[in-house]
Amino acid sequence: MNLFQQLRLGFRSLMLHKLRSALAVLGILIGVTAVIWLVAMGEGVSYQAQQQIKDLGATSIIVRSIKPAEESSREVGSRFGISYGLLRDDYERIVTNVPTIKRAVPMREISREVRHREHFIDGQVIGCTPDYFGMNRLKIARGRPISQVDMQGCSNVVVLAWEAAAKLFPIEDPLGRAVQLGTEFYVVVGIAAERTAAAAIGGSLDARQYDRDVYIPLSTFRARIGDRVFTVRAGATQLETVELTQITAVVEDMGEVDATADIIRALLQRYHKNVDYAVVVPKELLEQAETMRAMFNVLLLLIAGISLLVGGIGIMNIMLATVTERTREIGIRRALGATKGEIVQQFLWETVVLSGTGGLLGVLVGFLCGPTVSGIRQLVNTFLPEVWRALPPNIRNLEPRLAPWSIIAAFGISVGVGIIFGIYPARRAANMDPIEALRHE
Amino acid sequence: MNNLQPVSQRQSVASIVGVSKVYTLGGHQVKALNNVSVEFQQGDFVAIMGSSGSGKSTLLNVLGCLDRPTSGQYFLAGQDVAAMDDETLSRVRGRYLGFIFQSYNLIQQLSVVENIEVPLSYQRPPLPGGRERCLKLAELVGLSGRLGHRPTELSGGQQQRVAIARALVNNPHVILADEPTGNLDTATSHDIMNLLDALNRAGRTIVMVTHENDIAERARRIIRLRDGRIESVSETRPLLPVGIGSSASGVAGATTE
Repeated sequence: MNLFQQLRLGFRSLMLHKLRSALAVLGILIGVTAVIWLVAMGEGVSYQAQQQIKDLGATSIIVRSIKPAEESSREVGSRFGISYGLLRDDYERIVTNVPTIKRAVPMREISREVRHREHFIDGQVIGCTPDYFGMNRLKIARGRPISQVDMQGCSNVVVLAWEAAAKLFPIEDPLGRAVQLGTEFYVVVGIAAERTAAAAIGGSLDARQYDRDVYIPLSTFRARIGDRVFTVRAGATQLETVELTQITAVVEDMGEVDATADIIRALLQRYHKNVDYAVVVPKELLEQAETMRAMFNVLLLLIAGISLLVGGIGIMNIMLATVTERTREIGIRRALGATKGEIVQQFLWETVVLSGTGGLLGVLVGFLCGPTVSGIRQLVNTFLPEVWRALPPNIRNLEPRLAPWSIIAAFGISVGVGIIFGIYPARRAANMDPIEALRHE
Repeated sequence: MNNLQPVSQRQSVASIVGVSKVYTLGGHQVKALNNVSVEFQQGDFVAIMGSSGSGKSTLLNVLGCLDRPTSGQYFLAGQDVAAMDDETLSRVRGRYLGFIFQSYNLIQQLSVVENIEVPLSYQRPPLPGGRERCLKLAELVGLSGRLGHRPTELSGGQQQRVAIARALVNNPHVILADEPTGNLDTATSHDIMNLLDALNRAGRTIVMVTHENDIAERARRIIRLRDGRIESVSETRPLLPVGIGSSASGVAGATTE
């Protein structure tokens, strides 16, 4: 018998019990679909993370101030407050001592209420230099960014994020008007373009939303707001002194990133008693994300593998029942000249037809992953808008990405599962005594 | 009876020499066959009779290469098959033997013509002219109008005709029939026996197990078994002279190549 005849015979034998065969196929179908969908989700998540890390720049090194946990608990209530984080001197030291750095941008950040008449928002006030916009790929939709002249003159000018502008100025044109930050007034000179929020990456970088940012010159920040900040946390007032929140350094070439990061670490280590800073290397994050992705995929494959295993056991169950039921047929075929090997082949082909059909259908359903996810998203968005808004942005924006390897692997594994779980029933069929088999009722 | 040619001068297609088969049942040794020797010539039609437990099924299983004798030799197509391994025995069954069973034993999911085709799929090397052969045989047994039917759509007699066509498709040396009329009414039994008779007259060698006297009398020789031994061998009709059978009737043209 040729391959086509074998497959046809297998198919027709399975058609003797349509429901039973369909259920066995369903088991494999679910397994294969699970593999493809889970991998697609995983790929989607890691793709998102990678895009965000790439946004940070593969050639950049981010140094952030971190409030040391021990010190804060020890000095709560201290009259002088606590002082931590990066210093302006650190910035100077980094710029002058590390030759590989092409550009370094300092930044100071604080939460403050921003007002315009009766409108107000809890804004994120960012003191920055003109370079900050280019480095973070912030586009200016209208007006102009912070300029060098603003820096030198410590001008009270502000660039609003798109959302902040919309909230503070629902009707009027914000350009040229003033917003209030604390007791000071600032003239709006520009509006930044909309930007989607970044999700947290690992444990090193928090999720970042850009929609409530207001940007002022760093020099103005120092002059008007200062380094000392009162914060109220859990009812206790605390005085914190922080000079810079973040320094972003950019090197020329990816290969220089690691060495430069090491130099910066060594430099900071010499001048800081406590580790009140963190050096984040997006390139390392990228590599970490790759490792995470691989681990994640292994985990998903494990889960999906279990469902395929269950499907395989289903197939074995069906085939054992089939073999018992068709004992007579086996006896007839043996009497008419079939060898044990040919009986094994016949029943193996039958399981391959079962699992192969399940695999093919599973792949087809696998392709529906994208439409299904967007359908569910639409449904949640329409009928449960609160739930939708409560979802973190990286889930709201998740786009599953079908991985070709997962489709091939899922189909291959399903056929493999069919063969592995088909061998035992097939061998059992072949090893029957033909005389006994012929006598079987 | 005297015009019967001496056995030694005719071509022997199958012979068993001093065959014994011993089963161990519950610690006891049961001799199902005890030193049995029979020779079957080309064109022979032998009925094996005996009460249950006489060893007739065991003898048929040994002849059908489904069971190996405990001792003795079995020559089929010039080879001693008693000592062959399982795979070779399968090939021998497929090549040299045709089986007809009491309960027809057709494969339910296959059509008439596909059932006839089954032994062909186990031929190594494949026999030429497969499908055509099956159609000719279906015509021979009078079922050319029902090629696409499933066994469940046929009467008992029709199913047995399919089985006979299937037993002929590999052009076997010996056809083994186990109570071929056991499940059929008298009229249909008669038809089936006529068919076997015609095949025999066309030169086919048939060995048939039966317990019905009138069926056994349609054979040329009757071998009666008792307690694993041959009790008697009687001739009902003489064997046709060599040469007449192999080309005589229209059946022969369709069944032998």
